[in-house]
Amino acid sequence: MISFQGVHKWFKDLHVLNDVNLHVKQGEVFVVCGPSGSGKSTLIRAVNKLEPIQKGHVVVDGYDLSDEKTDINLLRAEIGFVFQQFNLYPHLTVLKNITLAPLKIRKLPKQEAEEQATALLERVGLADKRDAYPAQLSGGQQQRVAIARSLAMKPKIMLFDEPTSALDPEMIGEVLQVMQGLAHTGMTLMVVTHEMGFAREVADRVVFMDYGVILEEATPEEFFRNPRHERAQLFLKEILSPMH
Amino acid sequence: MFNYQFDWAVVTSGQYAQWLLSGIKVTIELSVVAIVGSFLLGLIIAVMRMSNVRPVRWFAHAYLEFFRNTPLLVQIFFWYFGSYKILPKVVNDWLNTTNFEFSAAVIALTIYTSAFIAEDIRSGVRAIPKEQMEAAQSSGFSYLRSMYYIILPQAVRLTIPTLINQFLNLTKNSSLAMTIGVAELTYQARQVESYTFKGFEAFTAATLVYLALSIIITWMLTLYNKHVLNPLGVR
Ligand SMILES: Nc1ncnc2c1ncn2[C@@H]1O[C@H](COP(=O)(O)OP(=O)(O)OP(=O)(O)O)[C@@H](O)[C@H]1O
Ligand SMILES: [Mg+2]
Repeated sequence: MISFQGVHKWFKDLHVLNDVNLHVKQGEVFVVCGPSGSGKSTLIRAVNKLEPIQKGHVVVDGYDLSDEKTDINLLRAEIGFVFQQFNLYPHLTVLKNITLAPLKIRKLPKQEAEEQATALLERVGLADKRDAYPAQLSGGQQQRVAIARSLAMKPKIMLFDEPTSALDPEMIGEVLQVMQGLAHTGMTLMVVTHEMGFAREVADRVVFMDYGVILEEATPEEFFRNPRHERAQLFLKEILSPMH
Repeated sequence: MFNYQFDWAVVTSGQYAQWLLSGIKVTIELSVVAIVGSFLLGLIIAVMRMSNVRPVRWFAHAYLEFFRNTPLLVQIFFWYFGSYKILPKVVNDWLNTTNFEFSAAVIALTIYTSAFIAEDIRSGVRAIPKEQMEAAQSSGFSYLRSMYYIILPQAVRLTIPTLINQFLNLTKNSSLAMTIGVAELTYQARQVESYTFKGFEAFTAATLVYLALSIIITWMLTLYNKHVLNPLGVR
């Protein structure tokens, strides 16, 4: 479903993606972790071309992003993206945040778009917030709306870039729960996260990256029981340490 | 020394009041058409100014510099006395069927004000976090559609106070249209003065009307922004 083939990217002199080769299969839950600045965001943003790459190929659903014939806007409509900072549209109500793209891109009739949005809001537990504005919601609620907004396009793939990092601890659970529910629907998920509990329970595969290099690629059991790379061991020790 | 006889009846009733009223009507028409036109044109120029297609960006840049840095009066004279020499015949023929003075004034005011509005909107756009564009594009909106549906609506909300200022300037600037014979408010006040020598009354009336128009424009847009556009997204 998503395939990185010899991908390189530089920010000026900084080599942020260094020969990345990955294959995310359809229906897989694929977790990416690594220290701050290791290139996780750049990697996941390359999947929908928010970050263009300089060398190699990213192929999504059979379409090569560097191919001129690929219509990136069509492809992006099939890929949901959930940001760390939610990025809801502040001037629109929750309902309109969710229905905008289905109405304007999918050309759904208004009634159908609104029914679908209402159903999605129920699914993320926010049916009573449809007429609220983003500024009136807590972080956890905003993030759940952001997930509903992406799901409204019925995407084949959902990308999450540290979806719980900006949340107060007591709100992390509600968002992870929604994501867990998604994982069980068979949608392809690529998730950058430091929530190792989520990775352990939900992920099919975990990769660890540092300095733009994929250092480790394993099932969660392998990764948590016996990380091979020294830096992965260090990272896990730090992140799982109760003193952390 | 002070032996001027005030005669307010001159401007409140009779034929001269009719003149002033018709002047008010023309001023309002001129202002409303140019406000709408300059706003739309300003949006387009602002987007062109931010385009990553170089010739488009340069055109917009030249447009802004040119129309902001030359006197409005000269621009009005240009459209009135000079434009027919460069405009295609069909356009001239059409303009001649309209009230040409009025059209020239509308064009001049619209273009002049659009240059200021474009700059205001551009700074509004700059104040919108770039993540908004990323979110929109991630949903499958192209750059231009993201601008249209997500960025510009937010930028315009931020820009409303400055836009109100530009619209007030436009309304006041519309008085310059009298120089090419548009029978707007200042023109009519001048007419009343030259027929009656009641200059004080005529221009006091005109001043009060401009003041009232300014207050009404400010008030309408402020309310519209507060209750319909809802700038912070909170009621
Ligand atoms: N637009 C940019 N211009 C220049 N350098 C950038 C840019 N974006 C990211 N970088 C740099 O590239 C490196 C990788 O950044 P990236 O955001 O992908 O890391 P990350 O793993 O997501 O980190 P974090 O956990 O802090 O989110 C970092 O050193 C960062 O400073
Ligand atoms: Mg990141």
